[in-house]
Amino acid sequence: MTYSIVTEGLVKRFDQTRALDGIDLLVRTGSVFGLLGPNGAGKTTAVRILATLVRPDGGHATVCGHDVVSHAHQVRQLTGLTGQYASVDETLTGLENLMLIGRLTGQSRPAARSRARDLLASFRLTDAADRAVKTYSGGMRRRLDLAASLVSRPRVLYLDEPTTGLDPRSRNEMWDVVRGLTATGVTVLLTTQYLEEADLLASEIAVIDHGTVIATGTPTELKARTGALTLAVRPASPADVPAVLAVVAGFTRTEPEVRNTTVTVPVSGEDVMPAVVRRLDDIGVTVAELTLRGSSLDEVFLSLTGHRTEELEGSAA
Amino acid sequence: MTTISTTVMDSTVSDNTEDLGTLAPRVGPVEGLRQTFSLSWRTLVQIKHNPAELIDFSIQPVMFLLLFTYVFGGAIGGSPHAYLMFALPGIIVQNSLFTTLNTATGLSTDLEKGFFDRLRSLPIARFAPLSGRILADLAKQVWAILLLLGIGFILGFRIGTIPNPPLGVIAASGLVLVATLALSWVMVLVSMLAASPEKVQIFGFVVVFPLTFTSDAFVRTASMPGWLQAWSKANPVSLLSDAMRGLMVAGPAAKPVAESLLYAAAFTIVFAPLAVRAFRRRV
Repeated sequence: MTYSIVTEGLVKRFDQTRALDGIDLLVRTGSVFGLLGPNGAGKTTAVRILATLVRPDGGHATVCGHDVVSHAHQVRQLTGLTGQYASVDETLTGLENLMLIGRLTGQSRPAARSRARDLLASFRLTDAADRAVKTYSGGMRRRLDLAASLVSRPRVLYLDEPTTGLDPRSRNEMWDVVRGLTATGVTVLLTTQYLEEADLLASEIAVIDHGTVIATGTPTELKARTGALTLAVRPASPADVPAVLAVVAGFTRTEPEVRNTTVTVPVSGEDVMPAVVRRLDDIGVTVAELTLRGSSLDEVFLSLTGHRTEELEGSAA
Repeated sequence: MTTISTTVMDSTVSDNTEDLGTLAPRVGPVEGLRQTFSLSWRTLVQIKHNPAELIDFSIQPVMFLLLFTYVFGGAIGGSPHAYLMFALPGIIVQNSLFTTLNTATGLSTDLEKGFFDRLRSLPIARFAPLSGRILADLAKQVWAILLLLGIGFILGFRIGTIPNPPLGVIAASGLVLVATLALSWVMVLVSMLAASPEKVQIFGFVVVFPLTFTSDAFVRTASMPGWLQAWSKANPVSLLSDAMRGLMVAGPAAKPVAESLLYAAAFTIVFAPLAVRAFRRRV
């Protein structure tokens, strides 16, 4: 088993806050590794360190065996970066942007041009090749960003929140592109706030919060641990809430939550639903609403950490 | 989509397996220079897409030249032609100083928009984003100087330095470029410290603008109050303007040229390390 990215105890401080507080990661060569966490969890800081943009304050990291601090130049030759902060020049055309990067990474003018044309074609940007990037839509822009990070054929690709802010259609397109990449053997480190995205694309996921890894595993393992589904039950009569709580609690290890008169709890499989229905029926509770849906990141967090993501804590307060 | 991406990435695995043993340990000086040229090209290509920039460094200096010559010329210098002979070297200096602000706003915009991070993630010389920008801005400077001299010539400006007029022009242009290169370090520092391109503009208005106008670039200092005269005599913009006049029109050249070069050296010695430090810290 070879690992393209290895980090040990990565620490990064910004003034008083610890953006990263000892991160250990092992990313298998050729896999898509998902770094899942809410805003401000430290995902972007981790990627910026691995892309040699920021130096860690503690710990170390290697990419394909090269230390990101002492051998930054080697690391840069092996990696590509796509993130909202690593952008292209908006005043140039798509073609010019890609050609510039090709030229900067040592390609001859004809080679840079043909590489740029190929990439534009495969990201369906050929028609927009000679238009200034500032006229692109959000989805086009994101595809060009991704194309820019592929110009020099990286072995390791960082995708920092590739679909944040995209509409559902563009998001689906982006997912297709990422899946296409993995077929080529490139190692992808993907950061995301969306459980669904990590589940769909990554073969392994690390959940991070407050600069530390709070859980790792395959999507299936994580779902089994945290409950990938959320069961919500609202009894017809508010008086039945305690009875519902008692029934639901019997099916999971996580403490159910009550909001108004709706009881919600993360569950690991769909088979829970009919069992719950049967039990409620047995004790004569009439149910007004019963739903089983995919858990949100927030719910996964709740079951892993016992607290909600910062954002929601903030909005609740 | 999936299949097409695969074709694009097809060569990835094979290419990289070969590459893996042959990673360059550092950027060679020739490569660094080539990257500088590529990034200069990028800055100059921007002009093609943003005609407003062309106005910035082509029409604006010409407008200044015409306004100063025909509006203020008679009042300040007796006649437009007499004033042109006095003011053209000063206008070249003023225009060059203002143009260096482009270096600061350009760098600041790249930082803000994230283009800088893209560049930094590439295996290129760390100095290339800086040197590329500065080189492109020097090219714009040369263009503006030629433009001002050309229009000035049409309006009646004549090189007064006998015996060798071309040499005078070349020396004067070279001196302005050296001076603006020294000033570029200040601009790099400003762009690294300022939070946004707008703040850089404010710096330009609050510092560069008064600095230029409290000199003898446009008027003789004799009519200024005593304290302003004292300042104006020490103002590097005055020294540079005097040097330009000495080289192209008339008057002593050796002393102001030497003083201008001293200023340029001092600016470089003080601000280059500060700018590089701020640059490294910021990036």
